[in-house]
Amino acid sequence: MSGKRVVTLTINGDQTEVLCEPRQTLLEVLRNNLDFTGTKEGCSNGNCGACTVLMDGRPVVSCLVLAVEAEGAELRTIEGVACGSHLDEVQSAFLEGAALQCGICTPGFIVQTEALLAENPNPSEDDIRFYLAGNLCRCTGYDKIVRAVQAAAEKRQVARSV
Amino acid sequence: MATADKPKYKVIGTRPVRHDGADKVTGRAKYGADIKLTGMLYGATLRSPHAHAKIKSIDTSKAEALAGVRAVVTSADLPEQGDRIVELGEGAANMRHLTANVLARGKVLYKGHAIAAVAADNIHIAEEAIKLIKVEYELLPPVLDVRKAMSAESPVLNDDIRTESVGSAPASKDSKPTNIAKHFLFEKGDIAAGFAKADVIVEREFDTSMVHQGYIEPHNATVFWNTDGKITVWLSTQGSFSVRQQTAELLKVAISNVKVVPTEIGGGFGGKISVYLPPVAAMLSKKSGRPVKLVMSRTSVFEATGPTPGSHMKVKLGATKDGKLVAGEAWIAFEAGAYTGSPIGPACMCVFACYDLPNGRVEGFDVCVNKPRTNAYRAPGSTHVAFATETLINEICEKIDIDPADFRIKNAAKEGVRRVDGPVYARVGMVETVEAIKNSEHYKAPLEGKHRGRGIASGFWFNCGLKSAASATVNPDGTVSLLEGSTDIGGSRTGIAMQLAEALGITAEEVTPTVGDTDSVGYCDVTGGSRVTFATGIAAIEAAKDIQRQLIARAAMIWDVDASKVSYSDGGLHGPAGKHLSFKEIAAKLHGTGGAVIGRGTSSEATQGGAFGTHCVDVEVDVDLGKVQILRYTAAQDCGTAIHPSYVEGQIQGGAVQGIGWALNEEYWYDEKGEMRNATYLDYRIPTCYDVPMIDTIIVEVPDPQHPYGVRGVGEVPICPPPAAIANAIYDAVGVRMHDLPMSPPKLLAEILKKES
Ligand code: FES
Ligand code: FES
Repeated sequence: MSGKRVVTLTINGDQTEVLCEPRQTLLEVLRNNLDFTGTKEGCSNGNCGACTVLMDGRPVVSCLVLAVEAEGAELRTIEGVACGSHLDEVQSAFLEGAALQCGICTPGFIVQTEALLAENPNPSEDDIRFYLAGNLCRCTGYDKIVRAVQAAAEKRQVARSV
Repeated sequence: MATADKPKYKVIGTRPVRHDGADKVTGRAKYGADIKLTGMLYGATLRSPHAHAKIKSIDTSKAEALAGVRAVVTSADLPEQGDRIVELGEGAANMRHLTANVLARGKVLYKGHAIAAVAADNIHIAEEAIKLIKVEYELLPPVLDVRKAMSAESPVLNDDIRTESVGSAPASKDSKPTNIAKHFLFEKGDIAAGFAKADVIVEREFDTSMVHQGYIEPHNATVFWNTDGKITVWLSTQGSFSVRQQTAELLKVAISNVKVVPTEIGGGFGGKISVYLPPVAAMLSKKSGRPVKLVMSRTSVFEATGPTPGSHMKVKLGATKDGKLVAGEAWIAFEAGAYTGSPIGPACMCVFACYDLPNGRVEGFDVCVNKPRTNAYRAPGSTHVAFATETLINEICEKIDIDPADFRIKNAAKEGVRRVDGPVYARVGMVETVEAIKNSEHYKAPLEGKHRGRGIASGFWFNCGLKSAASATVNPDGTVSLLEGSTDIGGSRTGIAMQLAEALGITAEEVTPTVGDTDSVGYCDVTGGSRVTFATGIAAIEAAKDIQRQLIARAAMIWDVDASKVSYSDGGLHGPAGKHLSFKEIAAKLHGTGGAVIGRGTSSEATQGGAFGTHCVDVEVDVDLGKVQILRYTAAQDCGTAIHPSYVEGQIQGGAVQGIGWALNEEYWYDEKGEMRNATYLDYRIPTCYDVPMIDTIIVEVPDPQHPYGVRGVGEVPICPPPAAIANAIYDAVGVRMHDLPMSPPKLLAEILKKES
């Protein structure tokens, strides 16, 4: 298909220009053109949440966004969650709480959780389950994921209050 | 909860952060689809739109002519296999069926059956090219129902299948091709005399739908066929050595010409053992001279990988009025899918496995239908039969008015009991798991409220041993690099490293585990059968002992004493006159005393002791909608010795939630043409976190005497009890007994309305 376009994206704070076809999804461009393979593909039709990234602060399933639609957007992917060599509270809570088994769903859950905690720093169990219901995990039964999100929220609250 | 006096361990039973954790929470871990090689092409697969048809012709010329297309393959590019049965690590396979499943030969047997594949400069060109391939079909009537497929009038899928008899089943007299690929029969005692002693007999028929493992990562493979004939395969798999063998056999090349590099794997549950893509990508690579990557779509994963069978079962149980099981009989037919190979054998062995049943008869059939070739799914076959047996047990308990936990304890399988199919149990923990539930806060808590009910059920899985290998190198800084070949789906490399650490008296963090490729580690069977923590664990412990022996020799040399005067314990070496070197100290001296110390270990255990679990669930039924809400869930399981309790709990929780999905909404929903109408996640609907509550776990520890630390595999048992436990809870809530999975809202509502009218 002809008619390639240059799309300008800011990914994890760095501005990037990428040449892509109009039919390419943001997910494909992130993974294939730009090698941001931390964002995962589980279904490519918006059902599993593995491809979740933050676009201008809002969580989106990147398999349902065309790369050209993201022109000018600020993106945050799993690669931009840790601060330098320090894991953030959500990442370390997932590790300490054994909230991953195979780990393929983990980037999507962590990014979605970042959005949740930005919106609602003190979520109830029901808030968490509702907000994360678009992210599928087949390994954990969700118990340890929900607990990890609770632990991360608590850690952040404590960090804020000191 | 410990049921025996627990030995004191330093590492085992602790909860270190897993070694691959940082990579997995930062997005750095490389899974199969993340592989990118210089010059790599992208592939797409043409799949059958029909469930059953003859292929009259395939014309690939237009696809080949499309700019950017580099290679096209069909089954004509794969070697003929003939009638060969090959042992593939966890079960045998008929190579003619395996190759026809990879790329259809002459006939398509299910919708989604792969027919041809294209490699092109990018995925979009490959997908366009697929649409240019012309296939002429002659449609055949689809065979979709297991019982109809067994009848003499049914169209036959494979002209090379005759019924194979297993156990004490009589040899088939029919020489005509059939859909019944296998006939199992197991008998114990005197079934007629047994039922004659019964005061109460219940007999019911059960149906379950085909379900999928549902791992979030689709199948993938990237293959490069080099000019020297060496083939390298990068993929996510449950068994690199099994992929090596299957790929080599399918391409008719030597196994030493195939190197399998396992990437991180995004779930498997039994579904990532069989190969689909590697031989196809290999042929595309051979033809194009470039590496080729194939990744399945989610719909292809549903339609064309190996879900677990739907079934029809008839089960009958008899008991005395004082609560003793006297006889049981089961007739089980499994949908094998397009080719033989459903887990009907294990189903027949598991159906009464939780109980001390004096008289039993089990008959099973493996039946071909026009659906994808089925495969293992977590305790394959056991969940189906647990649904039947465990709901009948509760029905008996109600009839003779006995607590279902007490009944299970009274009749539980224990050491010395012989299963209907023959084997005699060693020390097992069935009784202990029921007791754990009976004594749990959950079981004792009153359950109040309208349309609420509670149910319990038990489950069994054998757990297998098979072959594993590990090697471990001592580093000069006192750490150990552990290399093993069991692909790690849920944290197993840490569980294995912890066993090595325990054996050497060092910390889990001082061991760095790596999962190696098939050219760098010794043979390991698949990550399946709940075997890895057990069997690869034993291999790692053996490697630790080998290290100890070598370190003893070094210390003897350093101290100039006889090696028999040196011993290894508590993380260090002890010699005469109070001489002592810690592991760290001796590690620092290795370079000056002969170089590297590399420990090697293997294991090859025929079996494990077997594992049991018992679950308790509270539900609330919406009687206007037929929808079931899980209110509370507790799962007790005997895991022998928990190496890393968090991951043991995780296995139990994950298995239980898969069982909940199977119980309440998952199913392959076919139309009359044989098309699966819900082949997306949205329509197939695995549980989300909003569907389930926290899953409480009770770890029961009855050590398995076959493992140095008493490990029993954990992964599979937890999927078995949920459907029956939930069915029992539904009965307790609204008084209807469900015999059909899934117990989805329309089905449950129909039963509720039937009862009301
Ligand atoms: S890959 Fe985007 S939602 Fe599944
Ligand atoms: S950890 Fe495997 S899908 Fe979530």
